[in-house]
Amino acid sequence: MTNASGTSGPGPGPVSPAYLDSASSEPLHPAAREILLAALDQGYADPRRLHGPARSARLMLDNAREVVAGCLGVRRDEVTFTASGTDAVHRGLLGLLAARPQGGGTVVASAVEHSAVLHATEWVAGRGVTTTLVPVDRLGRVSVDDVVEAASAGGVSAVAVQAANHEVGTLQPVAEIGGRLDGVPLFVDACASAGRLPLPAGWSTAAASAHKWGGPAGVGVLLVRKGVRWQSPFPGDDRVDERASGFENVPAALAAAAALQAVVAEREELGARQSALVDRIRQRVARIPDVEVVGDPGDRLPHLVTFSCLYVDGEALVTELDRRGFGVASGSACTASTLEPSHVLAAMGVLTHGNVRVSLTRDTTEAEVEGFLAALPEVVRGIRAEVGL
Amino acid sequence: MDADLELDCRGMLCPMPVIELGRRLAEVPIGGTVAVLATDVAARADVPAWCRMRGQEYVGEDTADDGTPRYVVRRTS
Repeated sequence: MTNASGTSGPGPGPVSPAYLDSASSEPLHPAAREILLAALDQGYADPRRLHGPARSARLMLDNAREVVAGCLGVRRDEVTFTASGTDAVHRGLLGLLAARPQGGGTVVASAVEHSAVLHATEWVAGRGVTTTLVPVDRLGRVSVDDVVEAASAGGVSAVAVQAANHEVGTLQPVAEIGGRLDGVPLFVDACASAGRLPLPAGWSTAAASAHKWGGPAGVGVLLVRKGVRWQSPFPGDDRVDERASGFENVPAALAAAAALQAVVAEREELGARQSALVDRIRQRVARIPDVEVVGDPGDRLPHLVTFSCLYVDGEALVTELDRRGFGVASGSACTASTLEPSHVLAAMGVLTHGNVRVSLTRDTTEAEVEGFLAALPEVVRGIRAEVGL
Repeated sequence: MDADLELDCRGMLCPMPVIELGRRLAEVPIGGTVAVLATDVAARADVPAWCRMRGQEYVGEDTADDGTPRYVVRRTS
């Protein structure tokens, strides 16, 4: 994030910038930092070799797997460390397709899946795999009946439904869907919720991403339920875990596990505190004229809130908030790398411009939230005044 | 679809087409219609969302002669 207050001379910003974009990446958890520094010195060797340093690395990797399995409530042999959350998403979904002997078929996915899921389905579209997108309601939620009905059509190879939406926070009815799929495997993208909320039941494969919970970047977690037919969709490798490829990042995996353990231990208290702050933001932001807070107000992620401001340019909004020391994300087209508006907001039927996503870190203070709430109405008013509205 | 007022927002980026709509809706009487011609893809989501937020009626989408999407709104208040 740009350090606005450090570079721009006298301005209205607070003394230190407030990073309100944990849904993009949570700062490294202190528990992870300690472990990472120690593991960097001890976890360098190839965990597949038979000498002492290799045994050390192998022990760390097995330990990381054990901790992650315990935190997520899954078996050790269901956990694979991947190169990223995106890699885990790709392997989790595409591995279900690769295991189907007949190949091809249809993927049923919610219309609000992360782009990693949509990129995976686009990638296999050329190989005869079609995708059926299930629409969502105004809150961004799929209906269980709609998903089950789409999945019961002939030739469906896999269903993909996220645990929680990464842009608006709405939780999806994953466990109910999983319970009614009648043999069609379910891939659950849990990247937005893992660590913060328990993993929902019902998945055949699932994906999570360590830097979203305060672990280091470059560590994803792929879960493959025991007994589920899964085959690597990518070239194989001869590593510790046949479901992944490439040399294991042992220190980062161990640090990711340490962060997850710490986050799970503190999530009840932290989640309640974050959720109360999000409630406050939702109430106060809704008072600004022509601003709509979107996503489910109750059944949602604890740390995230999204709203859209009518007649406001998203890029101007994010830039001006940054100048005042607040780092936020936006789903508006003019702020995206793609120049397309957020497919999540469009599927919900809510305004795609003037969009802001605020997501709290574990260290976000009440004062930072109050500072943001004090600055926002003025920023919105200023941008509207420039276009005469 | 016929409209009482055509707003040519081709080439404008979001949120300009919706800003134009907001500025100029009052030029048609209550019950009248405004068509927004917009090449920006965000307008497809944003014009109906604007109608919902402002209590106006979204009539639907068709295409102008040159293929540009055209979004029609009826003023209800």
